[in-house]
Amino acid sequence: KLHSRTESSSKAAFLDHSETLWMRMTCKHTNSPVIDAFAVPKWLSMSSGCILALLRWVSSFHGSLFPHLTLSSEDMIAEFSQVLNWSDCVVRAFAWHPHTDKFAVALLDDSIKIYNPKSATTPTLKHRLQRSVAAVQWKPLCASALAVACQNCLLVWHVDPCSLSTRPSSGCAQVLSHPGHSPVTSIAWSPSGSLLLSASPMDSTMMVWDVAAESCVPLQRVGGGGVSFLSWSPDGSHVLASTPSALFRVWETRMWTCERWPCVKGRCQSGCWSPDGSRLLFTVQGEMVIYALTFTDAPGQLSHSGPQAAAVVADLSETTFSTPDGDIVVGGEIQSLVWDPRGERLAVLLKGDPQAADRPAIIAVFKTRANPIFELLPCGFVQGEAGAEPRLMQFHPNFQHGALLTVCWSNGRITHVPFYFVSAGVPHFGLSGSPLLPHPQQRPADFVNQSLFTEFLS
Amino acid sequence: MVSTEQSCWFIRKVICWRAVASIAWAVLLLPPITLVFVIISKFSFLHPIQTISECLYLLTSASGIFSFILLCGVILIVGFLHLEYYTVIPTIACSKIALLGQLLHPRHFINSLVHCFMGVIVAWCCAVTMGLRYETLGYPCTESDGHPQMCLNEYHLILLLAGAFVGFSHSLLGVIYNMNYVSFHTVQQYKYLRFKRCLPLVVKCSATQALYSVRNYIVMYLFLGKCPFFMNKMLVAQPIHLLTALNNFFQIDYSVHPLDSIAGLLDLSLLYHLWSSATFLLLTWNITLLLFRIFVTEVYSFPVQSSFTEDSHQCLPKVLTEKQPMILKFLALQDLALLSQHSPSRRCEVFSLSQPGGHPHNWNAISKECLSLLTDLTQRLVAYHDTVATNGRAKSLSSGKDLMSPRPVFLMKTPASVFARSVAGTPQSPLTSLFTPDLDSPFASPALRRLTAPVDQCSPWYGTVQSPHIMRRAPKLWSTSTGEVEFQKSNISFSTHRSSNIQVLSNEVLPEASSQALFADSQAHIWALEGLSYLVQASFSEDQFGVVQTTLPSILSCMLVLQEAVDRHFKLPHASSKPVRSTSSMGDSTYKTLRFALRATLKTAIYRITTTFGDHLNAVQISAEHRKRLQQFLEYKE
Repeated sequence: KLHSRTESSSKAAFLDHSETLWMRMTCKHTNSPVIDAFAVPKWLSMSSGCILALLRWVSSFHGSLFPHLTLSSEDMIAEFSQVLNWSDCVVRAFAWHPHTDKFAVALLDDSIKIYNPKSATTPTLKHRLQRSVAAVQWKPLCASALAVACQNCLLVWHVDPCSLSTRPSSGCAQVLSHPGHSPVTSIAWSPSGSLLLSASPMDSTMMVWDVAAESCVPLQRVGGGGVSFLSWSPDGSHVLASTPSALFRVWETRMWTCERWPCVKGRCQSGCWSPDGSRLLFTVQGEMVIYALTFTDAPGQLSHSGPQAAAVVADLSETTFSTPDGDIVVGGEIQSLVWDPRGERLAVLLKGDPQAADRPAIIAVFKTRANPIFELLPCGFVQGEAGAEPRLMQFHPNFQHGALLTVCWSNGRITHVPFYFVSAGVPHFGLSGSPLLPHPQQRPADFVNQSLFTEFLS
Repeated sequence: MVSTEQSCWFIRKVICWRAVASIAWAVLLLPPITLVFVIISKFSFLHPIQTISECLYLLTSASGIFSFILLCGVILIVGFLHLEYYTVIPTIACSKIALLGQLLHPRHFINSLVHCFMGVIVAWCCAVTMGLRYETLGYPCTESDGHPQMCLNEYHLILLLAGAFVGFSHSLLGVIYNMNYVSFHTVQQYKYLRFKRCLPLVVKCSATQALYSVRNYIVMYLFLGKCPFFMNKMLVAQPIHLLTALNNFFQIDYSVHPLDSIAGLLDLSLLYHLWSSATFLLLTWNITLLLFRIFVTEVYSFPVQSSFTEDSHQCLPKVLTEKQPMILKFLALQDLALLSQHSPSRRCEVFSLSQPGGHPHNWNAISKECLSLLTDLTQRLVAYHDTVATNGRAKSLSSGKDLMSPRPVFLMKTPASVFARSVAGTPQSPLTSLFTPDLDSPFASPALRRLTAPVDQCSPWYGTVQSPHIMRRAPKLWSTSTGEVEFQKSNISFSTHRSSNIQVLSNEVLPEASSQALFADSQAHIWALEGLSYLVQASFSEDQFGVVQTTLPSILSCMLVLQEAVDRHFKLPHASSKPVRSTSSMGDSTYKTLRFALRATLKTAIYRITTTFGDHLNAVQISAEHRKRLQQFLEYKE
């Protein structure tokens, strides 16, 4: 009986079953047949050992070039996400619908909830493949499609706005995946709603998805070791693609050629576009300044007459403020940048220092003006309740009375911070946005008005 | 007459040069590919130096150069065949029998034979290149009684036959997977970058396809090895016999393994050489195909208006209305979609008024053509839906009658008559017939015929109240695109028992094929939608004379009606099921997902207009039903 065999007899049992002619031949020369039965010729083991060592050496070399490749996928998302401390954040991703007052929130338990003030139901989206959500974004010029960047794939949910169901089935989701393209940390819809870009720090190709056809065009460029962050300009002409190394690219979207922008210090951490797509603000990891790049030409001729170098537009190095509650140190590295759709307010999420109590993460808000010259004026800070730090922020895409900043806090709260102002410039007619009509009822008062800390002009 | 002249203009000046450029690049790429093949086929680990010297010797030898010239000739022919057989609207077989009909169509059959022949030539070149035991067809051997003789070299023969087999199967697969279909890309890229991106894919496809072909070939040779062998012995023996001027018979050396046995075929080196030469063959052909696709689909920028009257037929509004070369229409629509998105100066020309008279001729022509395309698609969808609905009722009511009297419907036509018609029915001028699929052929997609034919005459899709009986008279027999097969399926299933095998075969309608075929030319509709919606969006701020405003109601209602028809179509079974994605094939399967792309583009196009105009749309004159629908879009509830 098989199960009655003792430990000592298992050797014999093994021989009984697997003794072949070749094994017997090797047995003649050796005392321990079981081990030597698997012995391979010396040259084979030598050469395979050499190949393994070579592979290991190559991979370690590759890893030393791009240290992020050794991270686990969760750590990688946390490292490259626009969310501050993504791994323990309750709200992992947030997205306003580009045209209506509804938004999607991705939570720590990998579910996504959709809140709509006009409807009583809050659909909860759950899918087998929806793990470690790094970003969500609604499709422009569409009521229902929501793209979700997951650990192993991209999901595009089609949530019927008229449906009363609270749990749309996973049949409503399209799964887009490509071998080697995971984890997906950043996605960007084209403002015309036709294409979807996705990027993974593990994959040096950036995918351009035709979502309806579920086909993709990989765009590959050597160098950088991956693509960590994407941002499509609101006019649709350019795309910022930053890599995990000290290099980022600006693609023009007509023929999909790119410009390389090597940075001196670190990788490009975050970036945002002005509403007309002519100006790009970005920050570099390890530096405390905001850079600007200006694209003045028509799309399609980027490489001929683009900018030569980035200009520093703001210095956010540490400054001490004395408040009634005591001194507070503000400044440091930047986690993310967002610009309001009218191009009048710029919100900057500063990382702060988790060790020091007097240096919390904080949001600094700037007034911006594009004409006649580009100006960046300090406006104020946004602070939450005691103990809550901002993790993620986004401007409402079409707030009628000014700008509406939505902030997700570490305690799981989501707050809306409105800025009421009269638009200074002429209303912009973005390619995708609705025409902004002048509103007589605007209140010319800023909600947040604290002391200034630095003042910079470009 | 004018039309043919103009199509000649475009074909002559653009398409031909693009084809020539693609073939030239394919020929230029041949030396490096050949070099890689030579190295791969001759490489031996033990003697690397010897390998290199052998390669160098071969490349400079007369036979090497001669075979290279032959290969160039093959590339030229392949390129020419692509130019002749390409299509921008795929032919979709709705049933197995239709597919069989396509395969047996004389046009494709000739194509297959030519490929077969070229396969032999390439295989011969490979044999010469590889040398050793493959090099010659005969070799001297001694008979048992000591007489010197010529024996047949079976290794050479097996290689030549493999070439023929691979060439033939390549062309058959080409028909099955619509390899002659040229699709347009949503993402524009420069030709070099596109080629660079696709090259690894092509290499992978060629290698896998070669593997499967060789496997099939080996199996076939194992069972049928004797037949070609004896046949070849008879046929081939004669020339060599004459050549050597000896009275010896050409014989096999039975001392070696006969190759049509398992042991003989399990020769790893033989398999490797077969596979590498098949890969080489497929790679060179596929690269030619890839280059042709890339060059032909390149964006062509048509002038919107010309200051010279003799160039006016080359302008976008004129070219859009052309029916004849489909590629011209497609490129014009693509250009329209791009200019409406990216080029403010050209949009300005579209919105401009004619100098004497002040008529918006450009906009009128463009919008009219786009709208007629969309209306056409709407009518097609409505008619399809109606036939499906009628079929359901007809089945329940008149099944008994059908059982008794199977009608002489399209299935009763024999292939012979069909072929006779299609062969006789192409009295076109040789140049145009090269580039336009013969419209009379029952194998040409009806979608294509519909696009090329004037909408308002003899189109069965005109008017929505026609009965399916009238439609059956339409000349679409084997590859119907309208689900005609499907709606007759139930009727015919009763009479199947007593009918020929053809009916049994044709009864199995491939799932969703009819839906695919319905949208086979939808790339044109997608561009029309994009072009219209972007132009309307731009008109909000750029249209100085208000030329777009006059057509806005018709554009909106046209899109809304189409939206309704598309929504209805997607409620049918099979319409919304996603096709299986095949990645490792050279065939372009874009056409399988065109209906989804069309649905998404349509919705986006309507949203683009509603988002741009907002509440101003309430002032537009449209019917109440459409206004209700539009309100849904304005509230983002679609």
